[in-house]
Amino acid sequence: MITVEHLTKRYGDFTAVGDLSFEIEEGHVYGFLGPNGAGKSTTMNIMTGCLSATEGCVRIGGYDIFEEPNKAKKLIGYLPEQPPLYMNETPVEYLKFVGEAKGLRGRELAGQIEQVISQTKLEDVRNRLISKLSKGYRQRVGIAQALLGNPRVIILDEPTVGLDPIQIIEIRDLIGQLGQEHTVILSSHILSEVQAICEKVLIIAKGKLVAFDAPENLEKLLLSSNEVSFIAEAETDDINRILEGIEGVAGWQIKEMEKGHGRVDVQVESGEITDICRSIFFAFAKEEKALLELTSKKANLEDVFIELTESGIEKKEAEDK
Amino acid sequence: MIAVLKHELSNYFHSLTSYIFGAFLLAFVGIGAMVYNIQQAVANFEYVLSFVSLVFVVIIPILTMRVIAEERKLKTDQLLYSLPITTTQVVIGKYLALLVIYLIPLCIVSIYPLIFAQYGEVYLLTSYGSIVAFFIMGAALISIGTFISSLTENQGFAAGIAIPVILLNYYSVSLAEHVSATALGSAIALCVLCGLLGVVIRFLTKNENLAYGVFFVLFAAVCITYYIDSAVFEGLLPKIMTKLSLFERFYTFVSGIFDITAIVYYLTVIGFFLFLTVQSLEKRRYN
Repeated sequence: MITVEHLTKRYGDFTAVGDLSFEIEEGHVYGFLGPNGAGKSTTMNIMTGCLSATEGCVRIGGYDIFEEPNKAKKLIGYLPEQPPLYMNETPVEYLKFVGEAKGLRGRELAGQIEQVISQTKLEDVRNRLISKLSKGYRQRVGIAQALLGNPRVIILDEPTVGLDPIQIIEIRDLIGQLGQEHTVILSSHILSEVQAICEKVLIIAKGKLVAFDAPENLEKLLLSSNEVSFIAEAETDDINRILEGIEGVAGWQIKEMEKGHGRVDVQVESGEITDICRSIFFAFAKEEKALLELTSKKANLEDVFIELTESGIEKKEAEDK
Repeated sequence: MIAVLKHELSNYFHSLTSYIFGAFLLAFVGIGAMVYNIQQAVANFEYVLSFVSLVFVVIIPILTMRVIAEERKLKTDQLLYSLPITTTQVVIGKYLALLVIYLIPLCIVSIYPLIFAQYGEVYLLTSYGSIVAFFIMGAALISIGTFISSLTENQGFAAGIAIPVILLNYYSVSLAEHVSATALGSAIALCVLCGLLGVVIRFLTKNENLAYGVFFVLFAAVCITYYIDSAVFEGLLPKIMTKLSLFERFYTFVSGIFDITAIVYYLTVIGFFLFLTVQSLEKRRYN
């Protein structure tokens, strides 16, 4: 659906986006994740034709955004970071303008406006001035605008920024619904949000793509460095003795909590994490030492994010060289 | 383009600008008609228009200041860029909307000569010829205002630049009498202009080599021409200033001549500044 090839955007000496390439398939919700200033908005602006690229190309449904902008833009609905609203208009007037500019006329236009208004639940405020609307409603008017013309791709730049928790949940639900009919790309620096609604995540940092996968797979990326931690009802010597007999354990630290209790952090060398947990459990059970707590420390998207955005760039740079 | 035109028009009628513009124009035409046609009993309506043309210095910038600057300020220009319409369509749509706003009071004004004709002999041909020229001259000034509005996101700043630019154009003929008419003076003035052009190019393109290149080529051209035949520069600067004046050409119509070259000149100015506006908007995608 969308192909981005070797996209580069430079402002003077500063490289906002450097050699970014990825492909987006139809019918998923994609998350664009990165710290502030990573180049998310720049990339989105280029993909929607608001900004030119220094190098590289973007193809939307086969149309190059720079060569055939009108055909390409008809396939996209875009909500920029700050919703582009005319404050002295009502949502209906505003949507009418956007619809006409997208080439809708007459009955089709009226029908689509009604449809997007009910989709974004704007019925109550349809004839109120946009300047009088709350931020959540303004955001919805912005999304409604992007939906007009029934585009195949909807690109939303930080759609939940500045909203209160209830509004955030509502907007997320709306995005979830949109994902059933359209390809949705949204950017965010909030991890839980991306984890909750996106099927695939692109992580970019300092203008470079550092990861592109499903959230679950990204978590698995870090499983190799996993740890098991448990609290055993045993003396330190016993714990050391039992752990030595278990295969796949690389090392451990014991913190004595009180008499006869020890909290142990075990570094796993290799193998499935559940196998190690099972071995530890049975080994202690055999010695009739109770385990009061046994948890495997699983990496979440947050760890992946921090790991990738910090070390990923250096790794990528090293690869490039 | 039609969508932008309709949207702009509804926008103007929702705000005070168009009403202020129309009211000012009508008020001054009214005062002019009172003074010339009624009190002094002159049968030439075109004198009224030549009197009113000074008001353009203020009301055209007021009309045009928000046209593109506001889009940038509200960040709605991003919407226009992402819609499947070209920048040219946006600019032409906005420009046509301004022309419509300008045309409405002018339609009312064009009834006046007919009213006066009821009470005496009025030269209707020159009156209406001048009204047409008045419209086209205003259209040319609006295109300049539109371009200036596209340079900034601050409406006040846009008006603040447009007023002196139009004022300078208004007085350029009177000023031309006071500038140096000698060959050396004109040559020096042209060199300064080359320098200014270089600065503008540097500012717009952020390309120093290009700016220096343009400056040195033009500078060398002026110097060589001066060295070969200094007589070319005799009285050149005042001549250029007179030729560039939009208002001076309008007075030809007032004297009863329908000057096609002036019309062509106005249309050229309109085309040139609308082209610059499109480029100025396109440039924002590249900066």
